[in-house]
Amino acid sequence: MLKVCNLTYEVMESGKKVTIVKDISFTVDDGEMLVITGPNGGGKSTVAKLLMGVLPAAEGKIFLDGKDITGMNVDERANAGIGYAFQQPPVFKGMTIRRLLNLAAGKELPEHICCGLLSSVGMCAGEYLDREVDASLSGGERKRVEIATVLAKKHKVCIFDEPEAGIDLWSFSMLVDEFGKIHREKKETLLLISHQEKIIRMADRILVIRNGAVDACGSAKEILPALFGEGRECTCMNGKGGSGYGIGCGNK
Amino acid sequence: MELDAVTNNILKEIDADGFEQEGAYNLRYNGQALCHGDSEHIKIKRKEDKEGVDVYISGETKGEQVHIPVVISKSGMADVVYNDFYIEEGADVVIVAGCGIHNSGCNETRHDGVHAFHVGKNAKVVYEEKHYGEGEGTGANILNPVTEIFLGEGAVFTLDTAQIRGVDSTDRRTDVDMGPGSRLFVMEKLMTHGGQSAVSNMEVRMNGNGSSAQIVSRSVAKGTSRQTFHPNAVGNALCKAHIQCDSIIMDEAWVCSIPEIDARNIDAQIIHEAAIGRINTEQLLKLRSFGMTEEEAEAVIIDSFLR
Repeated sequence: MLKVCNLTYEVMESGKKVTIVKDISFTVDDGEMLVITGPNGGGKSTVAKLLMGVLPAAEGKIFLDGKDITGMNVDERANAGIGYAFQQPPVFKGMTIRRLLNLAAGKELPEHICCGLLSSVGMCAGEYLDREVDASLSGGERKRVEIATVLAKKHKVCIFDEPEAGIDLWSFSMLVDEFGKIHREKKETLLLISHQEKIIRMADRILVIRNGAVDACGSAKEILPALFGEGRECTCMNGKGGSGYGIGCGNK
Repeated sequence: MELDAVTNNILKEIDADGFEQEGAYNLRYNGQALCHGDSEHIKIKRKEDKEGVDVYISGETKGEQVHIPVVISKSGMADVVYNDFYIEEGADVVIVAGCGIHNSGCNETRHDGVHAFHVGKNAKVVYEEKHYGEGEGTGANILNPVTEIFLGEGAVFTLDTAQIRGVDSTDRRTDVDMGPGSRLFVMEKLMTHGGQSAVSNMEVRMNGNGSSAQIVSRSVAKGTSRQTFHPNAVGNALCKAHIQCDSIIMDEAWVCSIPEIDARNIDAQIIHEAAIGRINTEQLLKLRSFGMTEEEAEAVIIDSFLR
């Protein structure tokens, strides 16, 4: 279980302290799929980076299976069991996709496993395995390779930061199926940052972050009506005003 | 012939395809030809007027390798060698060269290899060259290769050159003259560390219509080392060329990249690009998200970059 308590992140801008994420708390149970959504610039990706240790928290605590990982750096958190797919994956000149997958898995993967990983993100392994992870790949291709690197290893918690960004409709549909499979069949713990209705609808619980704070958190049944205007007026994604959910933080 | 441990170790470093005393080969050791062999299609003859060999590769050669490594283990030696390769029309050959110095003394050890390739019509040549230095001595290891390439009509030449480590100073010069329809691929990989210095000057003259060149240089500079790259593509005919210089700079190193393009024909299309930068933070973070330490991630990035 991932437990986040009172997480806060601040930056200095023109000599002034600006709070980007304030006092966020939530949990993700084992085998649960939590989707974090909300308006652009609300702090969703910052939360993901704080969880992976890419950014340092100013305040708050993060626990993984009861162990305090707040003071751990990125590699220590990875070794503790957190997998992380970056929103904008970097390029690696000279590194093949095959090698990147092997590095992600922490071992030499047989060819059929590499092929399966790429197929699961809609890529034809024959065309891609020995290609370099460089600028010759499109943004969408790099993104799909990025997701495959997280799938290459079993994690306690997998974090995907906007996995749909830059991906074409066909691959996106395949990706949604893959997340469904990971969630339902493999019972893996997933935390996805997403704006996509298809992904949001798959969630066990939804956390809405706005202006750096939790705006609402609850089951899909509780959150979806307000989020997609199903039977009530939705104000949540308009960037102004309150949540419109009438649902509290949901810190379990 | 039985080779000593130092020689065997150096050969492993500079000859990735594996040096064996079989087929066509010539091992130069401490300034002398130690052993050599010919094959049916490749003949190696010692020069009579100066140090070095002439290598004759017949047009019947298909996919064969010739190995001509140089090993120096004597500190203080200054070895200059001239090797000429005559590759006949239609030949298809891999030439594996390279030089390794084991310097356990306090004197400067130096090898200047001057190689000339005369490549016949439609011949295909892959030339692999690795430079490497080792030894517990304080004397500098110096390698100054000169490579001259003359490409006949339709010839294809791949120059794959790498300086692995341990070379204190190198000043390399490469000159290429290209005939009609010939193609050149250059991959230059270089790593310097400590107080080492490396200079690479290259001029590729595309003289024949339809000739093309792809020149890629990748380097990593660590410590207080210094690197200068100056590839120049000269278009004298209807031709195409692309020069790409990428460098990773670390610590207090200096890297100077000067890709030059010189069109002397209205149908010459030549492009250059150069980039120098430190290891990208996002790359480090990505690999660290696999569980690697920062040092491990850095080593993987450099290894991939120079692979």
